[in-house]
Amino acid sequence: MDISVDGLTKYYDVQKAVDDISFTVKTGEILGFLGPNGAGKTTTMKILTCYIAASAGNVTIGSNNVKDDQEIIKKSIGYLPENNPLYTEMPVMEYLAYVAELQGVSASMMRERLGEMIRVCGLNEEKHKKIEELSKGYRQRVGLAQAMIHDPEILILDEPTSGLDPNQIVQIRELIKSLGKEKTVILSTHILPEVEATCDRILIINKGSIVADGTADTLRKQAQGQELLTVKIEGGTGDQVIKALQEIDTVQMVEPINKDNLTLTIQSKAEATSVKAIFDLCVAKKWYLMQLTPLETRLEDIFRDLTLN
Amino acid sequence: MKVIWIIAKRELKSFFDSLTAYIMLIIFLGLSGFFTWLYGSDVFLVGQASLQSFFAVAYWTLFFFTPAITMRTIAEEKRTGTIELILTKSVSDWQLIVGKYLACLMLIGVALLSTLPFYFTLTNIGPVDHGAVICGYLGLLLMSSAYISIGIFSSCITNNQIVSFLLSLLIGVFFLIIFQALSSNFTGVIGSILSYLSISDHYQSLSRGVIDSRDIIYFVSITVFALMMAESYLIRRNLSEK
Repeated sequence: MDISVDGLTKYYDVQKAVDDISFTVKTGEILGFLGPNGAGKTTTMKILTCYIAASAGNVTIGSNNVKDDQEIIKKSIGYLPENNPLYTEMPVMEYLAYVAELQGVSASMMRERLGEMIRVCGLNEEKHKKIEELSKGYRQRVGLAQAMIHDPEILILDEPTSGLDPNQIVQIRELIKSLGKEKTVILSTHILPEVEATCDRILIINKGSIVADGTADTLRKQAQGQELLTVKIEGGTGDQVIKALQEIDTVQMVEPINKDNLTLTIQSKAEATSVKAIFDLCVAKKWYLMQLTPLETRLEDIFRDLTLN
Repeated sequence: MKVIWIIAKRELKSFFDSLTAYIMLIIFLGLSGFFTWLYGSDVFLVGQASLQSFFAVAYWTLFFFTPAITMRTIAEEKRTGTIELILTKSVSDWQLIVGKYLACLMLIGVALLSTLPFYFTLTNIGPVDHGAVICGYLGLLLMSSAYISIGIFSSCITNNQIVSFLLSLLIGVFFLIIFQALSSNFTGVIGSILSYLSISDHYQSLSRGVIDSRDIIYFVSITVFALMMAESYLIRRNLSEK
């Protein structure tokens, strides 16, 4: 089921929380929602899940509109709200059964779905405890389980891995990835490596507007523009090496990091790569190439660039 | 309808899982039993095999207990955020409210059922006007239904249980006392409207054994109106303004 958002705007009184954002998510795609606190991620998710109404704009999920067909849409969405609210006085199994019943899971499928969720979310040892007795990580798993219990076509997860231990994070990421093959997934997070690990596409949102949209690679390319390499060469003298490197056609700039052991940063000209040329040069001059690493702009830097000003 | 029932079942169960239901039942039974059988104008003082004294006590006890039951219904969900969880399932605002209403009504129903031994005891003492007793119970149930919906409305307005409790008492006091008191100061249309709005007239005629469709319509319309107000308050977030 595809989600298409068109010109979505939301005011809280006079404050604009979401400002005219548009995007689409296709089936089989995992979209990562990134942004600083208060950027409008959660608001957008609340609108998509029919919890609050938009002030303007259109959201179409499948062939249904969030304004008119809330019942159908709510059934096809699995939602994990921010802060993972739960009926803490209920035992895990009972709670999951309650949610399943509300979401229209038939009595014949009930056992199978419950078993599946308990297994997938690793809740077997805790399934008869009351939710209030569980640790934060286990509560998070219950939150995920209740979102997925009716096998929805769309999953909307607000910070799905918060409070989980590293092993569990890896498991949940794997789970989301495997679910994402046939479902539509939108997740929000503050953890940048997580977006890279799980998402096909990244949407960075700041002050209610979309500031970047694309895969991690395309975002990097946009932010970086030119190739940057860290190179370490032995067997030649400093000036000699630098001069030779500067004479390569594709090299724009050579900047020594450490002149004594000849560690350099080399910037190539736009849309050109100098990797092979550097290697060939070293071979020709009989220098030893000790290190040749492409310097990647980290996602953190892109994020900071886009959201700080 | 099915969804409403699923919600009502869970709510009723949560009353009994927490101590709320038991405390409420014990205090309700204790108070009404005390005043029916032991103290004040009790059955023996009146000297008639009638439950009038019980109905007079329950009139007040329910006034205080109903808000205590309803105060957490929506307010607690708002405070913990579970309201977002439930309303993003395939549940509408109206279904949630009616589900909660039914659960509270069932709890009051259980409380009233548990006073049936009063009635059985009475039948052994003397001739009982069975019709009046049935009417009296009907009156209590209808009155509770009105209080419950007022309570749920107050619970929708705030996320603080105490505020919700006090607000529903405040609204309740208008129907219980203030409209009655005001009506004696007005004449003509205003006076009769105020008098019609007061609960006590309607309740008293029911508890004496007179079924008048006007009384039933009165309680049912308060219930429906307050529940609709509650829904319209809750659903505001999901209506695009302007």
